Amino acid sequence: MFANYDKIIERISLNQLWDFPGGVHPPQQKTLSNQASIEHLQVEKTYYVPVKQHIGLEGKLLVSEGDKVLKGQTLTTSEAPFSVPVHAPTSGTVTKIANHVSAHPSGIPELTVIIDADGQDTWIELDPVPDYAKASKSELIERICDAGISGMGGAGFPTHIKTNNSKPLEFLIINGIECEPYISSDDRLMREHAWQIRQGIDILVHILQPKQVIVAVEDNKPEALETMSIACQQKINYQVVSVPTKYPAGGEKQLIQVLTSREVPANGLPIDVACIMYNVATCYAIADAIVEGKPLIERVVTLTGQGFKSPKNVWARLGTPIQSLLIYGDYDESQQSSPRFIMGGPMMGFTMTSVLTPIVKISNCILVPADDELPNPEDERACIRCSACSDVCPASLLPQQLFWYSKAKELEKAEEYNLFDCIECGACAYVCPSEIPLVHYYRQAKADIRNQKEEKEKSDKAKIRFEARKARLLKEKEHREEKHRLAAEARKASLSTDGGGAKDKIAAALARAKAKKEAFAKQASNAPHMTDSAESEKTKAVSVSEISTEVAVSQTAQGASPAKDGPEDDTAANKETTEL
Amino acid sequence: MTMLSLSSSPHHHNRRDIGQVMRLVCYATIPGILANVWFFGFGILIQVVLAVITALVTEGVIMELRKKKTERVLKDYSAVLAALLLAISIPPLAPWWVIVIGTFFSIAVVKQLYGGLGYNMFNPAMAGYVMLLISFPMQMTSWLPPLSIAEQSHSLWDAIHTIFTGFTSTGFSVEQLKVGVDGTTMATPLDEVKTALLQGYTVTEAKSHIMFDGNYGKGWLWVAMAYLLGGLFLIKTKVINWHIPGSMLASAALLSLFLFLLDGDQYASPLFHLFNGSLIVGAFFIATDPVSASTTSKGRIIFGAAIGLWVIIIRNWGGYPDAIAFAVLIMNMAVPLIDYYTQPRTYGHKTKASKDS
Ligand code: SF4
Ligand code: SF4
Repeated sequence: MFANYDKIIERISLNQLWDFPGGVHPPQQKTLSNQASIEHLQVEKTYYVPVKQHIGLEGKLLVSEGDKVLKGQTLTTSEAPFSVPVHAPTSGTVTKIANHVSAHPSGIPELTVIIDADGQDTWIELDPVPDYAKASKSELIERICDAGISGMGGAGFPTHIKTNNSKPLEFLIINGIECEPYISSDDRLMREHAWQIRQGIDILVHILQPKQVIVAVEDNKPEALETMSIACQQKINYQVVSVPTKYPAGGEKQLIQVLTSREVPANGLPIDVACIMYNVATCYAIADAIVEGKPLIERVVTLTGQGFKSPKNVWARLGTPIQSLLIYGDYDESQQSSPRFIMGGPMMGFTMTSVLTPIVKISNCILVPADDELPNPEDERACIRCSACSDVCPASLLPQQLFWYSKAKELEKAEEYNLFDCIECGACAYVCPSEIPLVHYYRQAKADIRNQKEEKEKSDKAKIRFEARKARLLKEKEHREEKHRLAAEARKASLSTDGGGAKDKIAAALARAKAKKEAFAKQASNAPHMTDSAESEKTKAVSVSEISTEVAVSQTAQGASPAKDGPEDDTAANKETTEL
Repeated sequence: MTMLSLSSSPHHHNRRDIGQVMRLVCYATIPGILANVWFFGFGILIQVVLAVITALVTEGVIMELRKKKTERVLKDYSAVLAALLLAISIPPLAPWWVIVIGTFFSIAVVKQLYGGLGYNMFNPAMAGYVMLLISFPMQMTSWLPPLSIAEQSHSLWDAIHTIFTGFTSTGFSVEQLKVGVDGTTMATPLDEVKTALLQGYTVTEAKSHIMFDGNYGKGWLWVAMAYLLGGLFLIKTKVINWHIPGSMLASAALLSLFLFLLDGDQYASPLFHLFNGSLIVGAFFIATDPVSASTTSKGRIIFGAAIGLWVIIIRNWGGYPDAIAFAVLIMNMAVPLIDYYTQPRTYGHKTKASKDS
């Protein structure tokens, strides 16, 4: 179905790439920020380092309030496989470990290590690998993990997990596309540090042993294309490819499709089509970690938009609150009637809830648009079914149907139309003439579906537990009844020898209890198996067992000899239950 | 701490809203309307004005009654466009109440009773047209000959006078205006050929009539060309896709070619069908109405092709000389089905929307 290795190599060497369906061409606006070199910033007074900055689990804290830390010191462990540590961005004192506004659309506070800088900016002792070519694969992967590297292109997937690959790999793809308008952090990084990126790639090649490396750069970055070509020219199996500019060409799935014509299967991973992809900034960080021994404590961030008087790129330490960056970019309040700060680009970024939001590993851009630059959309109108959205969807979805079902909360239908294959690129909403915030509806629907699934799982578990309990109670009950029967028989035998008297009384009591029991049992079995009624059923079951206990107690009280527990009893009871 | 303003991604928009889309479609009809004025007089302009006013008033009143944001709704220009399309579809000198009733029906019943823009199953202009054709067959078939061969010419004032009173300022009736220089009553080229065929003449014989200029009705070819120009502009500016017009014209051409090759005396040539009547307007302006058309790429091709087939079938064997309206309405009904079966294959999925689970 998909092109094979040789075909792909042939087409790439001729620069005849494939295409992905749909896509849009929003105004680039890259020149706003990509003209000058990346600037270094002074050390901040305070850094806010969230403990979790990637997809997966957070590590355990290694520091406590009041501790002195050095620049690059590990703040959390990385014991669980999906956890990635974080490091101190400078030397100073941990003043507080508390919840702090997170770099997330909701801004929901997350556990954050707050560090006051001492101004010395003293590194911990660095421990570089002298010759990575001699190091073992597992050692390098461990070091990548210890350096706290997770995907810096957007998703934040732990890099060491991706790198720990045992499946056959053909293409190691280095993503320098940066297709979002405005952002130029990768562009500047490639222009200024192509050599170090190349080092990172070399390390990855050493670990992963791909057949071919493809460095993909969008054709709107001619300088970056050139520097990367120069950096990679001595390597025969490294190919730098110029990819036609179209949003979202930098999406992992889209880029794989453009370069190889292959499609990552639904619910699958790129390695399923023999590809692995890294962002250029991640490669840079890998080189830093192995060659210099430096953990990931800073990244390039684009400060852009007409709300900045001097848009630029800066090296921002992780944990820098964006209010400091606003100062560096010379934020011009007069451009905005109400302050609006976007982390990320105009297509997929999110508005921040606070100026204390910290820079994290995936923050590539702070976009501050003037009022008329990226105006908030007007009220949505009705969908006119124009299909402009489906024409641009890179995943070939039917966004108008997804919208329809998401809005109507027909979640099953939405799933049927492959809601979960939506990559939230925003191309559909970008073109929608009714200005419907389509992606917003999709996120909501996805969240609703996830919640529903969780609920269902919970109630399924509860149901299983309940069923198990019911079976157990039933078994116990039968067990007891068997005992009573034996006891009664024994009594009968003794009574018939003793002559009647107590006999009638006991018989009457037993008949009463039995009638009561039956009535309850009937009710219980009539109750439908719903979550709601499960509770009441449970109480009923309990009361049935209580009654039997009562009877048992009264019998014992009357001096009947309780039957001994015997293995026969148990098997009988078991048999009964299974038959039930 | 200052409150920051929040919004959901994407923050970017290409700034083409419904109003702009609909306006572009309206503009694209201008060459066709001008050509029509040139060949058939000012009637069409007056119909357009009447229709647009009726549409705005009707929609405005309904919006007020439904307590919606009237101004925002009117500014989406969808009512204007529907009215415009109806106005260019009816005979230019039809009495004023025809277009008023038709527009009112289109907007109030076909569009708003179904829930307003986006919810109407049928193309409002075409549903209005069919309603008029059935209710007022006489007025709806009183087409004029091109000015060049009409016995009586008429001015703008005559057109207004005729539309409102039934007579020109000098007292001619529409019936009289329909008379050509040869003294016979004129019809549209499609009408002419249909009648001639019924009377046992061949297509070639029918086309010897004075209204024809070779293969095409005088004037009609140029009007169709002008609409084609507008239509291509819409494709160029990506307001519409090529799918519907392309497949509709192609299928109409293929079927008529097949019939023509079968029996050239009984069936007119593909070019005759393409440039007479309203096939071009229908293909670019009417069948492309987003709300009532298919929404998938494949679906749009099927939708357009089926309309093209229906048009040729009805023109040849149906009771009416032209058939765009009927063909479009028939296919409107098939849209849900077409959409369902033409879902695209989602990225990473094997077959169409893997929905068998
Ligand atoms: S682009 Fe907007 S209006 Fe058009 S079909 Fe999609 S959701 Fe509906
Ligand atoms: S956001 Fe989702 S539905 Fe919209 S274009 Fe992107 S992938 Fe398609």
